[in-house]
Amino acid sequence: MHIKLSVQPGTTDKIKTGNWREWHYPEIDHEKCIGCGLCDQACPEGICFPTGEKNKAGRVYYEKDLDWCKGCGLCAEICPVQAVTMREEIK
Amino acid sequence: MPTKKYKAPLSHLLNPGHSACAGCGMIIAARLLLDTAGPNTIVTNATGCSEVTTTQYPMTSFKVPWIHSLFENPACLASGILAALKVKGLADKTNIIAIGGDGATFDIGLAHISGMWERGDNVLYVCYDNEAYQNTGYQYSSATPLDANTSTTPPGKYSEGNDQKKKDMVGIALAHGLPYIATATTGYPLDLIAKVKKALAIKGPKYLQIYTPCVPGWGIEPKDTITVAQLAVQSGFYPIVEYLNGGLSGKTKTTKKVPVENFLKLQKRFKHLFKDERGKAEIAKIQKIADKNIEKFGLLNS
Repeated sequence: MHIKLSVQPGTTDKIKTGNWREWHYPEIDHEKCIGCGLCDQACPEGICFPTGEKNKAGRVYYEKDLDWCKGCGLCAEICPVQAVTMREEIK
Repeated sequence: MPTKKYKAPLSHLLNPGHSACAGCGMIIAARLLLDTAGPNTIVTNATGCSEVTTTQYPMTSFKVPWIHSLFENPACLASGILAALKVKGLADKTNIIAIGGDGATFDIGLAHISGMWERGDNVLYVCYDNEAYQNTGYQYSSATPLDANTSTTPPGKYSEGNDQKKKDMVGIALAHGLPYIATATTGYPLDLIAKVKKALAIKGPKYLQIYTPCVPGWGIEPKDTITVAQLAVQSGFYPIVEYLNGGLSGKTKTTKKVPVENFLKLQKRFKHLFKDERGKAEIAKIQKIADKNIEKFGLLNS
């Protein structure tokens, strides 16, 4: 049986929810990051990811994509080494 | 602003762009659940935030086969899909997950879930428990805890909010004799992932209840979603337990008991309890419930 899909998988990525951010955005300190991936697990959008680049300590650091970031600040809360800080955003 | 712009690889099975609130606990649970289950999964979804926020026509956040029918239906749908897969000989290769909110699980869909459990279908039923009908405007459900302020149980001169205790859904699941029953929370993501893995490895009906804080419904700050969930566990308000074939096989213990007040004061839905003496007596009642949980499951590490 073959069904024609009217909705393609994962299509909401066209909606850039970054404009939901009120006044704070996360900034990740690459040198502090230990690459544990907790921000990836805690992010409601799932847009924290390993960059593949290494810092001076030899750890693959994480980054975020501000296109979808709603600025909730959970990554800054859960980070065990305080590598994420919420900075004020001037739009 | 940073100089270099990074692009997310979108490697999760739930794409961003959904309309869940900033800091939503439900969507964290949904993503962790799907990523753990893998692409060989069929999801049936009840009506609720998990459906409304992710699938506005003509778009969907899901990258796995996903189906929504009625509010009460995820369990029956899952049973039907399983029957079809059995005919095609694919039943052992596919995970079937039914997702419902606490309204769909505790109230509206209870009869159908009971039927699915009775038939012994190999389905993982996941309830994300945010303790009210948060999607339609924070109305009371039978998962709402004592003294919570919802739009249908407002506190006032003659009331301190909801006057009923939370329904013991885990107890109901236990009475059905399920091989695997567990509670988890977004406050402890690694525990949640481990429980999903364990559940999917077991054959038969499974029940997983995930405690997911709701930002607008509970009146918390978006950044507090995880803290609140952790405090609920540490105070004994929401016991994290695991039952294997009817016997208690796992629990999340705390080293130091947190007073339930610390958990309540972060939320606007319990704000009225901190106003006067009457509220103090109610807090003592909630503390008693938490203490009872700690005693019942032995949650304190001594």
